[in-house]
Amino acid sequence: MENFWVRLIFEFVLADLSTICFGILLNIPRRAYHCAGAIGGASWAFYWAVYYQLHLGLALSNLLAAIMIGVLSMAVARWQKMPMIIFNVPALVPLVPGGQAYKMVRSFVLGSNGAALVYLYQVLVIAGAITLGFGLGDLINRLLFSEHHLRNR
Amino acid sequence: MKVESKDKKNLAITACLLAGRLLIENGSNMERVNDTMRRMALSAQLQNFEAFTTMTAIVASAEHLPNAQVIDIHQRKLNLNKVAAVNSLSRQFAAHEIDVETLYAKLQKVDQQPQQTSDFVQCVAAGVLSWALTIVYTGNVHDSLFAAVIALVSYQVYLTLGKHSKARFVNEFCASLVIALLTVGFVRLHWAYDVNDIIIGCVMPLVPGVPLTNAARDLMSGDLISGTSRAVEATLTAIAIGCAIVFVLRYV
Repeated sequence: MENFWVRLIFEFVLADLSTICFGILLNIPRRAYHCAGAIGGASWAFYWAVYYQLHLGLALSNLLAAIMIGVLSMAVARWQKMPMIIFNVPALVPLVPGGQAYKMVRSFVLGSNGAALVYLYQVLVIAGAITLGFGLGDLINRLLFSEHHLRNR
Repeated sequence: MKVESKDKKNLAITACLLAGRLLIENGSNMERVNDTMRRMALSAQLQNFEAFTTMTAIVASAEHLPNAQVIDIHQRKLNLNKVAAVNSLSRQFAAHEIDVETLYAKLQKVDQQPQQTSDFVQCVAAGVLSWALTIVYTGNVHDSLFAAVIALVSYQVYLTLGKHSKARFVNEFCASLVIALLTVGFVRLHWAYDVNDIIIGCVMPLVPGVPLTNAARDLMSGDLISGTSRAVEATLTAIAIGCAIVFVLRYV
C-alpha cells in the first residue's frame, strides 16, 4: 500500500485485533477488550511509524513504544478501575521479538553462526529496550499519577 | 470496623494469604501482590504484618501469631480475570464495604471460578491472532490463512495436554511440534508457500508474554528473586518452542 495513512490504519486494526485475541487467551474481563485493543493497536502503529518510516533504530523505537504502553495502560487502568496488567500484557504481544528469536534458533541449528549472532543481538536489544521502557514508563506513571496529586479528587 | 477477636485475626491472615496465592497463581506481578496483602492487613487492623513472597510460596506473619503461616503455590496458569476480581475485592475491603468473613467466602468463590471463555473460543482466538500477526510481520496474506488453521489445531492440542499433564514446558514442546509438522506438510503439498512465515505467525499464541512482562516489571521494581525466576521460565518456554520447531525442520 502506498499511502502512509492507509497503511497506518491497517496496522492499527490488525494490532488491535491481535491484542484482543491475546486478551481472550489470557482471560481478561470482557469489558476490558476494547480498551486493551486500542492500546495495543496504538502502540504497534506508533512503533511501526517510528521504526519503518522514521528509521530511528531498533532500540529507540522499542523503548518509545514500551513507554507509551506503560503510560497509556496506567491511565486507562485508573479510568476503568482495573489492574494495569490487564492492558499491559496483551498490548505487548506484537512487540515481542518472536520472529527474530525463531530466525536465530533456525540459523544456529542450520550452522550459519554469523546470522544467528545477528538475530541474537536483535533479540537482546529489543528485550532490553522493552524492559527499560517499562521501567521509564513506571517512573513517568509515578510522576503523573502519584497519590498525593490525586488526593483532591 | 475493629477486628478484635483472635478468630477474626486468624481469618484475616488466611484471607490475605489466599488473596496472595490467587494473585501469584494467575499471573500478577510481585509489587501488586505485596501491595494487596499489605493493604488487606492494614484494613483488618493486623499489627506488624510481614510477608515474604516468591513464585512458589508465601510466608506471612503478624504479631499475635507464634508461628508464621506458609502457603504453597503449586501451579501457575494465566487468568487475569481472577487478578481483577481479587483486586476489586481488596478495594471493597479497604473501603470497609465488606467484612472479613464475606471477603474470605468471596475469595474462595473466585478461586473456584471456571474459565471465562470456552476452549473453542480460545482456539478461534489463537487462530485469528496468528492470522493477524502473520500479515503484520511478513505481509504474506495467502499463507496467513494456513497459519490461522494450524494455530487453531495446535492451541487445541496445547489446551488438551495442559489438562492432563503438569509439566509446562512439555506442553509447549508438543504444541510446537504439531505446528512445525503441519506447516511442513502444507508446504510439501504446495498449498502454502513459505515455511518461515507461517511458523513465525503460528508460534505467537504460545509466546510467554505474561512471564516476560512480569519479569521486566519485577526486575525494575527491585524484586530480584521473582524477576530472575520468571525470566528463566520465559527463557525455558522459548527454548522448548524453538527446539521442537528446529527438530522438525532438521529431520523432516
